[in-house]
Amino acid sequence: MRINGTRQNLSVEPRVTLLDALRNYLDYTGAKKVCDRATCGSCTVILGGKMVYSCSVLAIEAQGKDITTVEGLSTNGKLAPIQAAFVENDAQQCGFCTPGFVVACKAFLDKHPSPTLADVEKGLGGNLCRCGTYAGVRQAVLAAANTMRGGQKNG
Amino acid sequence: MRAFEYASPTTKEQAVALLNNQWGETEVLAGGMDLLSLMKDDVTRPGRVINIKEIKELHGLQYSPSTGLRIGALVTLQELLENETVRKEYPSLAQAAEGVTSPQIRDLGTVGGDLCQRPRCWYFRGGFGLLAQDSSGKSLVLEGENKYHAILGNSGPAYFVNPSSLAPALIALGAKIRLFGPKGARDVAAGQFFVTPKTNQEREYALKTNEIVTELLVPPTGGARNATYEVRQKEALDWPLAAAAVSLKMSGKNVTSARIVLGHVAPVPWPVPDAEKFLAGKTVSEQVAQDTGGAAVTGAKRLSQNGYKVQLARVAVKRAILRAAEGGA
Repeated sequence: MRINGTRQNLSVEPRVTLLDALRNYLDYTGAKKVCDRATCGSCTVILGGKMVYSCSVLAIEAQGKDITTVEGLSTNGKLAPIQAAFVENDAQQCGFCTPGFVVACKAFLDKHPSPTLADVEKGLGGNLCRCGTYAGVRQAVLAAANTMRGGQKNG
Repeated sequence: MRAFEYASPTTKEQAVALLNNQWGETEVLAGGMDLLSLMKDDVTRPGRVINIKEIKELHGLQYSPSTGLRIGALVTLQELLENETVRKEYPSLAQAAEGVTSPQIRDLGTVGGDLCQRPRCWYFRGGFGLLAQDSSGKSLVLEGENKYHAILGNSGPAYFVNPSSLAPALIALGAKIRLFGPKGARDVAAGQFFVTPKTNQEREYALKTNEIVTELLVPPTGGARNATYEVRQKEALDWPLAAAAVSLKMSGKNVTSARIVLGHVAPVPWPVPDAEKFLAGKTVSEQVAQDTGGAAVTGAKRLSQNGYKVQLARVAVKRAILRAAEGGA
């Protein structure tokens, strides 16, 4: 697998999920194991350009594929626009859903560079936050979209 | 998850040769959105898992105005939703796929998997079997938590609801499901694909243990306007509480014939011929749509906690008819 641009070799049993492979074998602990049943979104990673629940993909199915985890979003210690927007828009509380949410937001923005609020609500339907930070998350996505288009922050 | 043997065949012949004659001993892995959860919960304990995603001919979607739409079983819900022909000719299918409100599930979840996913009944998921019975064979549903269970086709012993999003629309559109087994291919009408099990050992679809779904064949609409309407508890990921798909042949605002199928209200998708007859020959209006909804649920039987679903099913029919009459193909 190529994880965040780095080739990683791994030998695991077929029953090991991509999420467990990332967390327990390769120390990418950004993706979180919460429901482990393709429901909550905290394990979201980008696999071959698609946003997926890594808890519900077998590691063996991800063989040879490109994977982006939350660890791969920042460059040289500089936060990606969506990460910075999460900070500025108070888009997290306890933080447990946040890595999955950030990756889902990134994948969403890659496909929808100029989203409306309604697009954002629809596009993030696969992630849950028990603290209820949805309003902040939506604002963060809109702000990041603006930044990425070259506009002013929080404009 | 328990250990299993993993196979990734590249042809459908190889795939069916790896299946065997006992449900649960082997399981077919497509998108994995349901199967892996069932395995983690020990609801199914396959000794062998067959990944069919490397079988190229099960991918892809083709349309011709004369023969209609062919959807490979491995087409994802997102691919279905984004297809321009589907959106234009078969909006009921696009709307049903859109109702799977998690992009993560739509990105990996397949149309074949949507049909073959197992019921969401919490007794089934909790290990009490497909029929949700205690050790004496008594139903846990009737005196238990049944607010999401069936309001139609619920004379027992099955009380779960069919979880498929696409099935009502496929049936309303007159689609066929193509299956492949050791003896070759066979086609089953979408309405015949789902069956109500009588025992815990059966499955809720017409597949044999050594068959797989290979494609869905949807005939040309012939100009029939079609739509799906789902009533949901929330916008984020969840299964609908009730849904209706309709396909209406119309002359102006007048309905010449109708197919109406309810979803998430019975152990199988539930066609409502009485409501279809009621609507035929009438001009669509809000009142007619509402009365058709009423006709669709006349046979409903409430359990102790799910009476509200009768009203939701009625509303789903009404809104699906109005949506189809407004837009549609």
